[in-house]
Amino acid sequence: MVKNTAKAAKKGAISIKNVTKVYDPGGVNVMAVDNCSMEIAGGEVCMIVGPSGCGKTTLLNAIAGFHSITEGSIEVDGELLCGPTKPKAEQGADRMVVFQHGALFPWKTLQENVAYGPTVQKAMSSGEAMDKAGQMLAEAGLGSFIKKFPGEVSSGMARRAEIVRALINNPKVLLLDEPYRAMDALTKQIMHESLLETYDRTGVTIFFITHDLEEAIFLGDKVHIVTTRPCQLKKTVEVNIPRPRSYETQSSEEFRKLLDEVNEAVHEEAVKAFKAGERELA
Amino acid sequence: MSTSKSALSNIFGQLTFWRGVRAIVFFLIFWQIGSLLDDWTGYDLFGIGLVPPPTDVFTAFLEVIPKHGYWMSWVASFSRVLTGFLVAMLIGIPFGLMLAVNRYFRGVFFPPFEILRPIPPLAWVPASLIFWPTNEMSIAFVTFLGAFFTIVINVLGGARNIDISYLRAAQSMGASQFHLFWKIVLPGTLPSIFTGAAVGMGITWEVVLAAEMISGGGTQGGGGLGFFIWNSYMGGSLEQIVVGMISIGIAGYLSSSAIRKLGFVLMPWRRLF
Ligand SMILES: Nc1ncnc2c1ncn2[C@@H]1O[C@H](COP(=O)(O)OP(=O)(O)O)[C@@H](O)[C@H]1O
Ligand SMILES: [Mg+2]
Repeated sequence: MVKNTAKAAKKGAISIKNVTKVYDPGGVNVMAVDNCSMEIAGGEVCMIVGPSGCGKTTLLNAIAGFHSITEGSIEVDGELLCGPTKPKAEQGADRMVVFQHGALFPWKTLQENVAYGPTVQKAMSSGEAMDKAGQMLAEAGLGSFIKKFPGEVSSGMARRAEIVRALINNPKVLLLDEPYRAMDALTKQIMHESLLETYDRTGVTIFFITHDLEEAIFLGDKVHIVTTRPCQLKKTVEVNIPRPRSYETQSSEEFRKLLDEVNEAVHEEAVKAFKAGERELA
Repeated sequence: MSTSKSALSNIFGQLTFWRGVRAIVFFLIFWQIGSLLDDWTGYDLFGIGLVPPPTDVFTAFLEVIPKHGYWMSWVASFSRVLTGFLVAMLIGIPFGLMLAVNRYFRGVFFPPFEILRPIPPLAWVPASLIFWPTNEMSIAFVTFLGAFFTIVINVLGGARNIDISYLRAAQSMGASQFHLFWKIVLPGTLPSIFTGAAVGMGITWEVVLAAEMISGGGTQGGGGLGFFIWNSYMGGSLEQIVVGMISIGIAGYLSSSAIRKLGFVLMPWRRLF
């Protein structure tokens, strides 16, 4: 196993080209993503921000291989995941998802959950996988909870464990779908520090969907603001705040300026989404 | 953390235990007074003057306890319930899971299943008496049916309601179809399986007892608890009827406790509350 040092291995570049996704074309015919293109460099933290229901999860699911796309193509490191000849990407451990509502298996302990990937891939014996899982959970500050079931720990701990479960597979890309939604501000801070620490250690590419604009700027190298449904890239804001970042950066002038910039773009879309909602209801 | 939790649940356990005992004692006193009022005053206050009082039932209990036939009734009913129930579980769980995960299987088997399901188990009695060579086999079959439909419906519902994220996560990590079925769908369905088992167990008892009464049982003891009640009725022993009823109550309680215990052992992650 190669130990990634940050910035050394730049694998995990995602190239989204003119992707369109129409749900149920013959029936309800919902266009969730329309001709959307995005380039994400390997080892980049890419934050996706946009109104609810605009198609962010749809895009993530297409990268993960959970469903097909209607048009366009997606590549990872130049390899075609899905495209005209192959509408649905294969699911694979190179792209690990951390789900919107959490998906640790409730019937397995945290340690068993983390050991699951290497065990089913037969990359390690189950004993080795359990050892490695215990060690990685301990590194994430969950050492005294490895024998607990997900239902026994706080949502913050479960989230951290789920990220560890993804990372043990050495993915090129980590896909996170609003993982810290509904967490209180204090827990979020701890989650952010833990994720940044993980990122600095592994250099994995991060594709992160969020509603929280401060979160987007604090974590991201780039913030991609997408339009209301159908999803298209509206604007990309580059965040040039140096890493490692700490909480103080949030009160810096630069951070505030970026926040205003993102806020303005998002607000426009939010208003559009709201009006569209009113029209639909009327 | 865990010690205070278990201490707390101990206190609650004791509270509920004593509350339960108190409720039963009240019930017995009420029953005793209710059945004796008729004798004392000639006035049937609670409308249960004909029911023998607990003291008489207790005496009747003491009479049957040393009798071999009474215990054979227990054995007969229990073995019928267990046979029907276990076969229903063994066939029903894989059948329900297959219905849930395989479209073609569902297409072929679900429609006939849905047509047969609303037929109450007891409506099968005449047909199965004709079809199966022995009484015992007919009872076993009807018992099986009683539990089977409930178990299948619960397994199917449970398996179809599994959070799709679990399946996606497992597949992304490289789980095979086989693995997905046995290591994700099955444990994900276990809670529903146990719900189905608990309800199915109740139905099994109902069906066994009714079938025992209908089929008339045969020899002493071989007839089971249902026949025990029927026999007491024919012999005009009100006390024994009540003894039989209470025996069934106890038997049903033992069965559902066994299922709860098993659920507790097999689903450690559900012990959290
Ligand atoms: N399976 C589906 N069939 C039809 N429409 C869907 C389906 N899944 C999502 N949608 C619709 O697609 C749009 C985008 O959904 P989603 O990608 O989940 O949005 P977001 O994650 O940005 O909130 C929504 O309007 C949603 O109702
Ligand atoms: Mg979403």
